[in-house]
Amino acid sequence: MSSLWPRIEPLLARVEKPARYIGMERGSLRPEHRPGQVAWLLLYPDTYEVGLPNQGLQILYEILNERDDAVAERSYAPWSDLEAELRGAGVPLFSVDTHRAASDFDVLAFNLSAELVATNLLNCIDLAGSPVRSGDRAPTDPLVIAGGHCTFNPEPYADFVDAFVIGDGEEPVGEITEVIGAWKRGGRATREAVLHDLATIPGVYVPSMYDVAYDGPRIVAVEPRYPDVPARVEKRTVADLAEWPYPKRQLVPLTEVVHDRLNVEIFRGCTRGCRFCQAGMITRPVRERPADQVRTMVEDGLARTGYDEVALTSLSSADFSGIDGLVGDLVNEQSGCGNVGLSLPSLRVDAFTVGLAAEIQKVKRTGLTFAPEAGTWRLRQVINKMITEEDLYAAVEGAYSQGWRRVKLYFLSGLPTEMDEDTLGIAELARNVVKIGKRHTKQATCTASIGGFVPKPHTPFQWFGQNGVDEMRRKVSMLRDATRKTSVQLRWHDPEASYAEGIVSRGDRRVGHAIEHVWRSGGTFQEWSEHFSLDLWLDGMAAAGLDPDWYVTRHREESEILPWDHIAAGLHRDFLWQDWKAALAEYGLPDCRWTPCYDCGVCTGYAIEHVVASPVAPAGGSQGTGQDLSRGGWAPVALAEKRPS
Amino acid sequence: MKGTDGFPVRIRFNKQGPVRFISHRDLARAFERAFRVGELPLAFTQGFVPRPKVGFGLALSLGHESDAEYLDFELTTDPGVEGLGAIVNQALPDGIAVTGSVALADRAPSLQESVTTVGYDVEVTNEADEPSVAAIEAALQQALERTVLEVPRTRKGREVTEDVRPALRRVELLEAEPASAVLRCELAMQPRNARPGDLIAALNSVADPIGARLGERRVVRTHQWIERGGARLEPLEADPRLRVPEARAS
Repeated sequence: MSSLWPRIEPLLARVEKPARYIGMERGSLRPEHRPGQVAWLLLYPDTYEVGLPNQGLQILYEILNERDDAVAERSYAPWSDLEAELRGAGVPLFSVDTHRAASDFDVLAFNLSAELVATNLLNCIDLAGSPVRSGDRAPTDPLVIAGGHCTFNPEPYADFVDAFVIGDGEEPVGEITEVIGAWKRGGRATREAVLHDLATIPGVYVPSMYDVAYDGPRIVAVEPRYPDVPARVEKRTVADLAEWPYPKRQLVPLTEVVHDRLNVEIFRGCTRGCRFCQAGMITRPVRERPADQVRTMVEDGLARTGYDEVALTSLSSADFSGIDGLVGDLVNEQSGCGNVGLSLPSLRVDAFTVGLAAEIQKVKRTGLTFAPEAGTWRLRQVINKMITEEDLYAAVEGAYSQGWRRVKLYFLSGLPTEMDEDTLGIAELARNVVKIGKRHTKQATCTASIGGFVPKPHTPFQWFGQNGVDEMRRKVSMLRDATRKTSVQLRWHDPEASYAEGIVSRGDRRVGHAIEHVWRSGGTFQEWSEHFSLDLWLDGMAAAGLDPDWYVTRHREESEILPWDHIAAGLHRDFLWQDWKAALAEYGLPDCRWTPCYDCGVCTGYAIEHVVASPVAPAGGSQGTGQDLSRGGWAPVALAEKRPS
Repeated sequence: MKGTDGFPVRIRFNKQGPVRFISHRDLARAFERAFRVGELPLAFTQGFVPRPKVGFGLALSLGHESDAEYLDFELTTDPGVEGLGAIVNQALPDGIAVTGSVALADRAPSLQESVTTVGYDVEVTNEADEPSVAAIEAALQQALERTVLEVPRTRKGREVTEDVRPALRRVELLEAEPASAVLRCELAMQPRNARPGDLIAALNSVADPIGARLGERRVVRTHQWIERGGARLEPLEADPRLRVPEARAS
């Protein structure tokens, strides 16, 4: 039960960036572990630099440590050099807070926010000294729990994780603590007993409580094994963000990490309805934080952390009610105490947004990023990202004319119904953007960043067959040709990585065998290009007797039981199917926070509502904000008042 | 700090325990944040992207500890040097603490240019097959008798061989254990500098026939000195601001 520090310290002298393993961040705790408590080790299965800023993990760290019956520490995946040292010296995975062995904790709780970290999940469990398969664990082994967006399709991880938390974790972690606490007090009888109890907590999915039946490759039934285990697990949702002003003590790392700044979440959820976007579908409804609370959190956070930058985070920050007023206030207040930067990630594409950015970046105007996502108006209707060319060009004109020199555009390729003219539309948009820029500055450049589209569960595109590696390569090379000898710089995500993500994204339980095979073949850190290998994944699928194309490139049928159908994000399955049909018919759908409800199922099903301070959409915006959208494209969109049938 | 009408300050601080694993850049960030948390009126450079006027001394190697690190910075108002350490210490990571501060003269030369000699306690182990502390001692004696000690070094990204003997001002052996010892040394920083790793490399270049293979264990920087006009000064004593309180009273 003691600290492993004396054994870890000599190893750190031999590894890269040892500061990742010492903890001691401002805001961190060195909690005492008392006998009656449930000890949680919160793990982010990627490097410290990527995992430390994760707000979900930090929120749960605080909430758990505020409880008398719980204690929580943190850990991150050790880089391969330290992993080798740990294995060589027989030292297990440890917490960074008190350097306690992972096996001293009752719970290993993982945040799964990207598909390819799956193998790191296994590696961390193994480094903790536990069997990677749930079925092989003894009552003395820690319980392995996972949350995060990837767990909306928990099946690929089902063999390794004892219990999943679906949706917002703020409330369920307490309920889980109570169940595990009672089990510990009762003498940790059997794992089956505690897992059965956990399965009765709303929002908690225990895969071993369900039998999956197959007919050939297809799933024919997923049945709970006990009458009190729910047939469908409904996600958990925090109704009012104002009650959860976390993190209160955001961690300030001692070494460089991504998003190294104060982060204040201004709202959760998004109802723009972009059909490719899983985050927007599974986090409904929109719940804004009161503007006064945002101001307080910014003020307190800056004073406590010493950060010189604050980000107001959400899925689309310009949509916050009264964002212009809030930004104006913050810029004025902070300019007094010297050089604090403000950033708004995930901005809409329109002139209003550029106005906001101008307010924020008074001096250093170098780069501005927009995400039109598709190259033609037709395809943007399909994906319900209703940005007109006029909007984009006006935004870009505004940006270059006010001193920005670099515009970055994000696109997806491989979208449903995408034709070559849509793909080439990306190059055309980018070239036009540069043309506009050159009118204002010779230095104008435009970077077009292309992601290969990976269909996600619980979205209208969950039935769509993803583009294969060759098709994505063809599209990328087409775009390279179309942007050659222009000031457009093209960047693209590795089509092979997109394919592997596709295996996990919509995989079922059987894919777990492939994941285990990849891990056993040494395939860790698959999110990292220097470690990623598609061959490992294809070998893994072959070893599991599975056809990867069946999982990745195949279109699904309406009647097919999807591996995640027993997990509910609140969206009616028929809403998603209708929205898929609407997509194919090139119908847009307005944002329901400002327009009448089209009953996707979330608010009505969970008896919760949008928490939005302003009843009307922000001025001057596109994407269903009340603007006349018909003027932008040659094929005017008809906004669906009622869903087409 | 040069060419200023603000209030330059020099502080001494230590870096001990696990926090020794943070890099020089990490350390700079930790101080900048601690200054902001302490609401110190830091002076900024004029320019397109204003930067706080902060000047670090000689970088400490990652993993080494120190009792004698120095940092210069400039404030816009008279800080009253006495309380400064306590304000900054509140917000510094555990293991880093300010142990002294002084109001610095205007146009004082920077730490980088003025520090001439650095003291280290270097704990070395004998990793030879039959380790003995006597072999460490013998290697030390032989090395110091040489007039030239060539070791490989990287200068500006290039592998070179350099004679480090002139930079080894003084090395003595203390606190010997069966197979390890602490070498208390003074290494010159100018004109060519040497680091504890160079000392160990130099010892290893003569040690093999004696049955010694030295490895570095714990390294503590104990002192930094500014040698100037025959005097040897601790950096806090080197360039103090002369007290003229009357002149500022109005």
